[in-house]
Amino acid sequence: MNQRFSTFLGTAGYALVGFACFILFWMFLSTIAETLPSPTATWEVARPYVLEPFAKRGEQDQGILRLAGYSLSLVAQGYFLALAIGTPIGFCLGLSRTFTRIFDPIIQVLRPVSPLAWLPLGIALFYNAGKEALEYGALFTIAICAMWPTVLNTAVGVRAIPQDFLNVGRVLKLSRTKMLFKIMVPATLPYMFTGFRLSLGIAWLVIVAAEMLTGKTGVGAFLWNEYNNSNYGNIIFSILTIGVIGFVLDRLMSLVESRFKSIS
Amino acid sequence: MSYLEIRSVSKSHGAHCVLRDVNLSIEKGEFVAIVGYSGQGKTTLMSLIAGLLMPDSGEVLLEGRRITGPGPDRGIVFQNYSLLPWLTVAENIALAVDQVFPDWTPIQRRDHVDRHVAMVKLAHARDRLPKQLSGGMRQRVSVARTLAINPSVLLLDEPLSALDALTRGTLQDEIAQIWAENQKTVVLITNDVDEGLLLADRIIPLTLGPGANLGAPITVDLPRPRDRKALNHEPEFKRLRAHVTQQLLGYSQARRNTVSRKLILPEILPEDLELPRVHRPPRRPNEEKREVVVRG
Repeated sequence: MNQRFSTFLGTAGYALVGFACFILFWMFLSTIAETLPSPTATWEVARPYVLEPFAKRGEQDQGILRLAGYSLSLVAQGYFLALAIGTPIGFCLGLSRTFTRIFDPIIQVLRPVSPLAWLPLGIALFYNAGKEALEYGALFTIAICAMWPTVLNTAVGVRAIPQDFLNVGRVLKLSRTKMLFKIMVPATLPYMFTGFRLSLGIAWLVIVAAEMLTGKTGVGAFLWNEYNNSNYGNIIFSILTIGVIGFVLDRLMSLVESRFKSIS
Repeated sequence: MSYLEIRSVSKSHGAHCVLRDVNLSIEKGEFVAIVGYSGQGKTTLMSLIAGLLMPDSGEVLLEGRRITGPGPDRGIVFQNYSLLPWLTVAENIALAVDQVFPDWTPIQRRDHVDRHVAMVKLAHARDRLPKQLSGGMRQRVSVARTLAINPSVLLLDEPLSALDALTRGTLQDEIAQIWAENQKTVVLITNDVDEGLLLADRIIPLTLGPGANLGAPITVDLPRPRDRKALNHEPEFKRLRAHVTQQLLGYSQARRNTVSRKLILPEILPEDLELPRVHRPPRRPNEEKREVVVRG
């Protein structure tokens, strides 16, 4: 057995201890609080969703992976919108001091606004789109909330480009576009990917809130429905699902990120 | 009229006067070494010739034309290699070649790149990334990249100062050989007197700042090729070395007994504690502080 596998086993062992503690505490809490379902009761209600993860029994009554799929596809759209808008803004902020002076204050004001506050505005904005208004509103909310880490990290990354790299370009008399794509973008990539990873985390946070309010099919809407049905076990199940998916997304992004970091 | 001419150039960084009224003429094909203490404006002088900085007063002329900006006619080998870490050895050189010789066919350019990779004996490492190379290999890539654009003046900014003594020796011999083959005009900046004596036709000491200036040039008329082992016993070499060293020590004794040290405050980034160190001049005004220390 090689070294890496045994360290992996060690890490997994510690993590299992943590999960065991968590479940014990949950069992303990459920004996005190009557409304909180115990782990076994939760498993009972969640079973049909887990065992048939792709089943479609009704509009909201679907397998968990199918529900997660709806959520993920909406997140993906909003997320890429956020990157497409956020990266160029970040570059402008990093490149131009004047641009920063002009727009940084407004960015700092908009950044802390909660997704719950953006959503009504988003829906109102696309009111004329009719049936699609909810979806566009949700996309708008995801994009505007998720874009800030990308904007700020890209800006920091551009400012941190070593002067030597820029001097190489200047000595060679690279054109502005070549300077941008051959030197500045690659030099900024590690920072950009840190931003991308944080943005993805936020996009996933926002989707749940957006679905709860708009009622679009997905994990968040499922959670809210089960609350309305007083089916508390499935609330816990949804929370765990959301957490696991968020964790997996973050791990995947940090894998990509570390690839870029190891180059420079 | 000399080939490369520096005419009463002064340069300040803020209130700190780095160079004051510097004059220098270099002939075509000459190998000149500028020797001086660290932090006395050697790199500033090099940046002025390269056109990366503009003088506050005076002018730098190449073939009688005033230098107004950087350009591939003055190839510079930077102190810290400045290879782009995301490009392989060949790609780093190709970036320069593609830019400077756009009229060549792709095959011509590729051959040109390969020839220069081979010239610095890195053919086996052609497709490696800079981080997979040793310091000496990186510096050879940097030299190859600069030579590949066929500059009329080669500027070497302490190219070997970060290397261990053995690698340094090997690279000095390589530089001497490359110079002998190409007969380019070379300006070498170094803090190593022996390196200057081994390579240069003329050694010019840089006085101490603030407001550093160039001292009287010392002609090195040792026969070439110079063998480092034999050189150590050459009376002329010993005499020159004592002369240059004496001149440099003279500057240092004439100076105040304090040094002004530059502290660069760390840049705090909120997202990640494991960021690579970035080597660049400070840009935020509060990033740089000075402290004055009395030397013991």
